[in-house]
Amino acid sequence: MSMTSLTNAIPAESEAFAPAAGGDVRDYFALLKPRVMVLVIFTALVGMVVSHGHVSPVIAGISLLMIAVGAGASGCLNMWWDADIDAVMTRTAKRPIPDGRIRPDEALSFGLVLSVGSVLILGLAANWLAAGLLAFTIVFYAVIYSMWLKRATAQNIVIGGAAGALPPVIGQAVISGTVGIESLVLFAIIFIWTPPHFWALALVKAGEYAKAGIPMMPNVAGPASTRRQIVYYTLLLAPLSLAPVALGFGGLVYAVIALLGGLGMLAFSVQVLRNREGEAEKRAAMGMFAFSILYLFLLFAALLAEQGLGLFRPVLA
Amino acid sequence: MLDPKIQVRPLTPEEEARRRKRSVAIALALGAMVLLFFALTIAKLGPQVLSRPL
Repeated sequence: MSMTSLTNAIPAESEAFAPAAGGDVRDYFALLKPRVMVLVIFTALVGMVVSHGHVSPVIAGISLLMIAVGAGASGCLNMWWDADIDAVMTRTAKRPIPDGRIRPDEALSFGLVLSVGSVLILGLAANWLAAGLLAFTIVFYAVIYSMWLKRATAQNIVIGGAAGALPPVIGQAVISGTVGIESLVLFAIIFIWTPPHFWALALVKAGEYAKAGIPMMPNVAGPASTRRQIVYYTLLLAPLSLAPVALGFGGLVYAVIALLGGLGMLAFSVQVLRNREGEAEKRAAMGMFAFSILYLFLLFAALLAEQGLGLFRPVLA
Repeated sequence: MLDPKIQVRPLTPEEEARRRKRSVAIALALGAMVLLFFALTIAKLGPQVLSRPL
């Protein structure tokens, strides 16, 4: 990370400095990437409800909170490390560190304290398998993805997607003390969903990523290859999303949503493949990006409704 | 430790207000942690932990 590009990193000798002048409480909260935290809580909760076993609601609630805090801590460490590239991209330039509202060393301390604290409390509350998986997720996102893969390879978000896919696995470990096929299938769905989701955005923001020097797929392999790969991954994702039905933990509601959603994803990916220029290209890519979020949300919401609210109706005898 | 060449200035009123808000947030977080550990203890050991003979 290039500290010299940050206005607040090191005070110049000539300028007066106030060591206690930290950021606003909202800035520290923003470091935790709250929208990502909400997604993590949601997917971890689904991992919990599809699991066999029982823990007290207090333990489950505290565990969920710690999974969210751990995810937030890894987001904070990511923002600390990526502050130099965040500063040159319009989408991220207003984040607390590049905007000068929080010093990098404060963000680093904040992220480390929350990382260690969340892992220890999850271990005490639930079990050490869940805590170990949370620790692995934080290290994978903050070190393997942020510090290494993101700036090194066009497969950055493919491999890095594992970090975002792990919360259901941690959720299952909390409830059953083990990792079962249910959460591994959910892991696989999020893992395969990640590349077409991010590459759709990367097609539109290719210039921004190039400016920041990040080797996203459209910048390295070109837009045409990226569009084809979006279709390939979507062809994998659509049948994979039906695996919960085949394994018996996805019911009728889930099956209908997975089938229609999968067809929708395929239709959007074909639109991305066909529209290669101008406003139509941008519209198709952003349509795919937005629909992919809705698609994943509906898949997990269906499982939550079926398992958590008793709406489960088996598809297979 | 700060480089002695760097001049330290007092906080502006706005920075003072931000620091006060941070202090309140830290106090609330510590209070929440106390409650969390209390709830965790009761959930793990059961309510009987409160009625043990001394």
